[in-house]
Amino acid sequence: MPGLNTTQIWTVARTDLKQLAQARDFWFPMTLMGSFFFVIIPTILLFTITAIGDIAVVDQVAQTLDVLPAGAQDQIPEITSSGVEVTPAGRTAYALAVFLFAPVAVIVPLTISTAVGASTIVGERERGTGEFLAHSPAGAREIYLGKLLASLIPGYLTTVVGFGAYSIIVNTIVGPEVGGWFFPTAQWWLMIAWVLPPFLAICLSLVLRLSAKVRSTAAAQQASGLVSLPLIMIAYSQSTGVLFGAGYLPLVLGAVAWTAAVLFLARGVRSVTRSRLLGVAAGM
Amino acid sequence: MDAPSSDQPGLIVDVQSAYRSFGHVHALRDLTIRVPQGSITVLLGPNGAGKTTAIRMITGALGPDAGTARVFGLDPTSRDGEEVRRRCGVVSAKPSLYDRLSGWDNLRYSAELYGLGRGDSATSAIRSAASKFAIEHALDQEVGGYSTGMKTRLALARSILHDPELLLLDEPTSGLDPESALAVLDLIRDMTSEGRTVLMCTHLLLEAEGLADEVVIMQHGTSLEGGRPSALAEKYLPTKRVRISTTMEGHLTALPGLPGVISADIQGRTAMAEVRSLDAVPDIINRLVNNGAMITAVSPFVPNLEDIYFAIRRSKGSSIDELAPPEDSTARPARTRSTETVL
Repeated sequence: MPGLNTTQIWTVARTDLKQLAQARDFWFPMTLMGSFFFVIIPTILLFTITAIGDIAVVDQVAQTLDVLPAGAQDQIPEITSSGVEVTPAGRTAYALAVFLFAPVAVIVPLTISTAVGASTIVGERERGTGEFLAHSPAGAREIYLGKLLASLIPGYLTTVVGFGAYSIIVNTIVGPEVGGWFFPTAQWWLMIAWVLPPFLAICLSLVLRLSAKVRSTAAAQQASGLVSLPLIMIAYSQSTGVLFGAGYLPLVLGAVAWTAAVLFLARGVRSVTRSRLLGVAAGM
Repeated sequence: MDAPSSDQPGLIVDVQSAYRSFGHVHALRDLTIRVPQGSITVLLGPNGAGKTTAIRMITGALGPDAGTARVFGLDPTSRDGEEVRRRCGVVSAKPSLYDRLSGWDNLRYSAELYGLGRGDSATSAIRSAASKFAIEHALDQEVGGYSTGMKTRLALARSILHDPELLLLDEPTSGLDPESALAVLDLIRDMTSEGRTVLMCTHLLLEAEGLADEVVIMQHGTSLEGGRPSALAEKYLPTKRVRISTTMEGHLTALPGLPGVISADIQGRTAMAEVRSLDAVPDIINRLVNNGAMITAVSPFVPNLEDIYFAIRRSKGSSIDELAPPEDSTARPARTRSTETVL
């Protein structure tokens, strides 16, 4: 956008992040949630499967892999690089690690960012600090984008850190079964770097609009939940598609999501006005 | 108020016939405010008079539905708004501070938004402002743990960080103990001596007394009158008055009929006499003494801001009623005159 004051955007974002860092009652449960999805559940599931070996249950789970799309099945190794056949437990663990946990990378950042974003503008109003921002030289667009960044960064950062931890866990537990470290796969990189960010941006553009318009943080949280739930489901299905798909599909899907994100953000940027920061806009 | 002149030189704020509504509530109606450069102008009025809305209009945080607002000769609701806001320092009725941040971080945030950056000059400005309001010792603490007085001082420090030309102070002593309030008022006086212009809102007449170079009396979102207190006293309390005290009741019964006396309000041993001229006072006293009165004190009555305020309110009573907001308005009329100085 022309004439954007990036210093102001970053100043607003940094100050919001600093306040978030001080809010132990917020980040502690969020960190716990990230740990739960990225570390605890994968560790238990993958370790259980690889440790119990090729008993009937694992065989049954392994057979369900047959319903996966051909592109996905092709990714599951049948023999290691040293020519040893991969066990059914190894193939199952691989499928779980690469395909089953994909939604985790979507649910965690969307949940965290939505929680932050929902209170970010209405919170200024409730605390009375909206008055300070309204009288300041900061532009409404800069305030909006600063708030967007401050909401997006915690969610995305959690994903990046969680993704790193998840990669180590997967490679450590499943790697020996399939002939070495294999994670992240190319599709996971695409999902984390190309597909997830626009979905986050779309979700936050809606959540911030709500935050600017509602009367209270509680109302913002409730409304944001309604908005973000369908988006989480869409992101879930799309991310799975990205992992199953091959060729240009993930790239096209990401491009479509980015286009939608830009349109949503362009519309959302108008939601922050000085009268809304003051809480005196029509309809408030 | 008198018909305003446009683009008057030396005016920092020039609001003319501004109107602003919020739904069915008429917050401002035909508001005119003119703030001369280097002055302390006080917006006086009861709660709900529209003082805060007026401040918000001056910074461009809110635009008028009708009428105009010019600040530094610029329209604050236009693209010039950023420049206007950069040249203003605002202290809101609530301190508007970030409780989870330290005092230092609150000031740093403001310094960055107002373009001071994060370098040595910003650090120096923060230290200087905090020192001016004696809050530098608490800058490392979270603001949530500050007392009300500390928060007000931090908000004041924040407002002058960027060396603004115009200070807008909305009830700056609200919630302060008398000593802290006096200290804040002294600091405000100091700031104009440094060349700044101050526009302050208050509903405390005592606070405005002695501080205001100019006052604007507001009610129901409109400006009833504005100008220098001395000029307003001349206009609304033109007759001279003398307070006369005696040793006994009944000594002043002859006062209303004496030459030179327009009227007299006798309360026991004291009377407030309206006279045609202060030159007539010696003759009036002589006649009272000759009648047997034992005079203990004679003093000319100099109207204070409270007298002026209520004289204006009395004078404008009918026009106030005409301007009264509809029944669903949240604005409340001020009570009639009392000895209290809180409106």
